[in-house]
Amino acid sequence: MYRIVEKKYLSSSIVLMKVEAPRLARSAKPGQFLIVRAGELGERIPLTVCDFDADAGTVTIVIQIVGASSRKICHLEPGDSFADVAGPLGRPSEFMKVEKGQLRGKRFLFIAGGLGAAPVYPQAKYLHEAGAAVDVVLGARSAEMIILDEELGRVSDNLYICTDDGTRGEKGMVTSLLDSLMERGEKYDAAVCIGPMIMMKFVTLAAKRYALPLTVSLNTLMVDGTGMCGACRVTIGGKTRFACVDGPEFDAYLVDFDEAMLRQTMYKTMEAEADHKCRIGLGEK
Amino acid sequence: MANNIPRVPVREQEPSVRRRNFEEVSYGYNEQEALLEASRCLDCKRPLCVEACPVSVKIPLFIKEIVAGDFRRAAEVIAEDSSLPAVCGRVCPQESQCEGACIRGVKGQPVAIGKLERFVADWSRTNGVEPGERVQSNHIKVAVIGSGPSGLACAADLAKAGYDITIFEALHKAGGVLQYGIPEFRLPKESVVAHEIENLKSLGVKIETNVIVGKTVTIDQLMAEEGFKAVFIGQGAGLPKFMNIPGENLNGVFSANEFLTRNNLMQAYREDSDTPIYAGSRAVVVGGGNVAMDAARTALRLGAEVKVVYRRTEKELPAREEEVAHAMEEGIEFEFLTNPVEIVSDGKGRVGAVRCEKMELGEPDSSGRRSPRPIPGSEFEIETDVVIMALGTVPNPLLSAKGVELNKRGGILADENGVTTRKGIFAGGDVVTGAATVILAMGAGRKAAAAMDEYIKNLN
Ligand SMILES: Cc1cc2nc3c(=O)[nH]c(=O)nc-3n(C[C@H](O)[C@H](O)[C@H](O)COP(=O)(O)OP(=O)(O)OC[C@H]3O[C@@H](n4cnc5c(N)ncnc54)[C@H](O)[C@@H]3O)c2cc1C
Ligand SMILES: Cc1cc2nc3c(=O)[nH]c(=O)nc-3n(C[C@H](O)[C@H](O)[C@H](O)COP(=O)(O)OP(=O)(O)OC[C@H]3O[C@@H](n4cnc5c(N)ncnc54)[C@H](O)[C@@H]3O)c2cc1C
Ligand code: SF4
Ligand code: SF4
Ligand code: FES
Repeated sequence: MYRIVEKKYLSSSIVLMKVEAPRLARSAKPGQFLIVRAGELGERIPLTVCDFDADAGTVTIVIQIVGASSRKICHLEPGDSFADVAGPLGRPSEFMKVEKGQLRGKRFLFIAGGLGAAPVYPQAKYLHEAGAAVDVVLGARSAEMIILDEELGRVSDNLYICTDDGTRGEKGMVTSLLDSLMERGEKYDAAVCIGPMIMMKFVTLAAKRYALPLTVSLNTLMVDGTGMCGACRVTIGGKTRFACVDGPEFDAYLVDFDEAMLRQTMYKTMEAEADHKCRIGLGEK
Repeated sequence: MANNIPRVPVREQEPSVRRRNFEEVSYGYNEQEALLEASRCLDCKRPLCVEACPVSVKIPLFIKEIVAGDFRRAAEVIAEDSSLPAVCGRVCPQESQCEGACIRGVKGQPVAIGKLERFVADWSRTNGVEPGERVQSNHIKVAVIGSGPSGLACAADLAKAGYDITIFEALHKAGGVLQYGIPEFRLPKESVVAHEIENLKSLGVKIETNVIVGKTVTIDQLMAEEGFKAVFIGQGAGLPKFMNIPGENLNGVFSANEFLTRNNLMQAYREDSDTPIYAGSRAVVVGGGNVAMDAARTALRLGAEVKVVYRRTEKELPAREEEVAHAMEEGIEFEFLTNPVEIVSDGKGRVGAVRCEKMELGEPDSSGRRSPRPIPGSEFEIETDVVIMALGTVPNPLLSAKGVELNKRGGILADENGVTTRKGIFAGGDVVTGAATVILAMGAGRKAAAAMDEYIKNLN
């Protein structure tokens, strides 16, 4: 089980994989995620279900190397297997509650930052197939980090690309692209923004000016992903929520981004400070 | 048989050594010690100990077999009522159950029933004796959701009755709380928990991990599409509680579940594990139950100085007596009659201190417990890097199935035989009772197994 049947590099540090997980492939919906473990002593790593094929029994994941665990995962090759793949977890996207027929003619805007293209893809695809109009803004640091642009192009009416350094598409951030869309009078029934926390925060501030209904997907730290540990807790409208079961998607205007960003650094700061100090304190005292 | 020898003490790792390792604290009895301790049992005509055991293990009977030196027979006697003796011998709150009622405890020390039960179970394991063997399958499929003690016990009994059992477990390892909650130093994972699970597999039980029922597959699909005739829900009560006080989302505040899951399930204490864990140099654990003791002793072993903050007094601590004694021996400090009101930031988004208030016990309430109330003006701060909330857990609503009604605790409504409001669906353990004990969960699983057997036999 959980064999990797296909692998390709989307950039030097971003990998797409198709993995055998038949039960998961049958039940996954846009907006949901899964958890993988690369090996026996591996961490549980949450990843978006980027695509799923119930007939083939496979799910597609896209993963970026940011630390030790994601590096291990990206080094797996076709034919290798994950120790574990569990899911789907989290709630399907809000629009999944709407009857498919009702989506026809509605207009959606997706704003994806870097790897955010991965979770955006299944949502755009679903809405596009349901007959909704879909625009996608895809932003990244540079051309190298623009991923899934072809795939997104196929499931959207308009695909706008921007990069911080201007190596592809417009030079600038997704927020300025959003501004220009709004200023020229584009109207959307709803928008979804997925990307780094800091980007989602600034998109939220921008969207507020246009009273654009906005959903964001929170990539918090997680352990179990089933509501059992509380590692993923976030403050939504002043109340504590667990991103793994109550989310990962939330109404952007209710999210306490500053707290969420701080919580993401939990082990970053710890590990930097502890540096090479022995983990369990053996030999001290 | 009566004699006046005192209770045989059990050999343990030295506190000064064990506070820095995760190996089992108690070594258990050897044969000689077990024989001696067993000889203290009076073989009572009306054994109060049996009445006080939630599953009525035939205590004097198995102890008599120990005295006779027939450990195999002793194991068979226990197996009639308990399917997890190696676990229960280690983690049952004996002082309030079997041993609490033992007549020898009236004047002196009760018989060490738990330690004897553990001895018999460990002896069986090391001598390759396993009660029960694989039976002819009747090809009737039954699903068990959750692999905690209730699910394991239910699966074992049904497999022995010939059913084709599949256990669905959300996590990547089977065992429930035995795996992710109770630490290695109390319940060894390889030798005890994994062994129980291997036994179950040898009875023909299949275990599918990474299946979150309600998400990966629904109960309706299992019954309608996959041909499961009946389902047992033993999904436990895994949802952690927080206090809802200011500062609870600061970095360095964990639920005991997160802290213990990182350490036990993910083995974060091992150098070669990828999962990080942080216990700080000082940790405060809030609560007084087994979960609090486990979190405190784990943080200690990870290198922190640990304080347990509890709002009542030592007398009311709900944890097993042995765990409290062990925690104290290991150098964990207790602040009784103390309740946190706020977690104070260090100015950088991490825990700096816990602000607490002192409490006093008021008049007994309707349940007879004296409830604590704050003493005005008594606030003070405890400086710390880490706060672990061990306030108990509630059932997880993840699974919800049509027609299965919930009880007022948010768990599943079921009678004493595990019968729920929907035909063919049974439930037991913490998901029905709220957080309780291993032995009660195991007992509930067995009762439900009997009811499910009945139910299926009456189907046509
Ligand atoms: C619901 C959800 C969906 C996700 N989907 C994807 C996906 O489709 N593809 C993908 O590549 N990643 C995704 N992530 C993020 C992914 O889980 C993390 O990148 C991964 O856990 C990092 O592990 P690591 O050990 O490699 O890095 P670590 O060594 O743990 O961390 C490296 C750096 O990344 C930061 N970091 C750690 N965890 C996260 C996180 N969850 N989000 C952002 N930064 C983090 C750390 O602070 C640190 O700076 C998702 C996360 C969630 C919660
Ligand atoms: C830290 C700690 C220490 C404890 N110490 C003691 C002690 O010393 N003595 C004692 O008697 N008791 C102790 N307890 C209590 C005892 O462990 C529990 O009462 C007992 O484990 C309950 O068993 P259960 O079978 O009902 O559920 P659990 O053991 O909770 O198992 C439930 C299982 O179901 C799985 N699950 C949940 N939802 C789903 C789903 N939707 N699909 C598939 N699987 C699912 C979970 O992952 C879990 O593995 C302790 C508990 C904790 C947390
Ligand atoms: S199962 Fe628990 S309560 Fe019953 S005899 Fe054994 S240790 Fe005592
Ligand atoms: S009550 Fe004590 S002495 Fe009597 S049978 Fe039980 S264990 Fe033996
Ligand atoms: S990841 Fe553990 S509760 Fe959300």
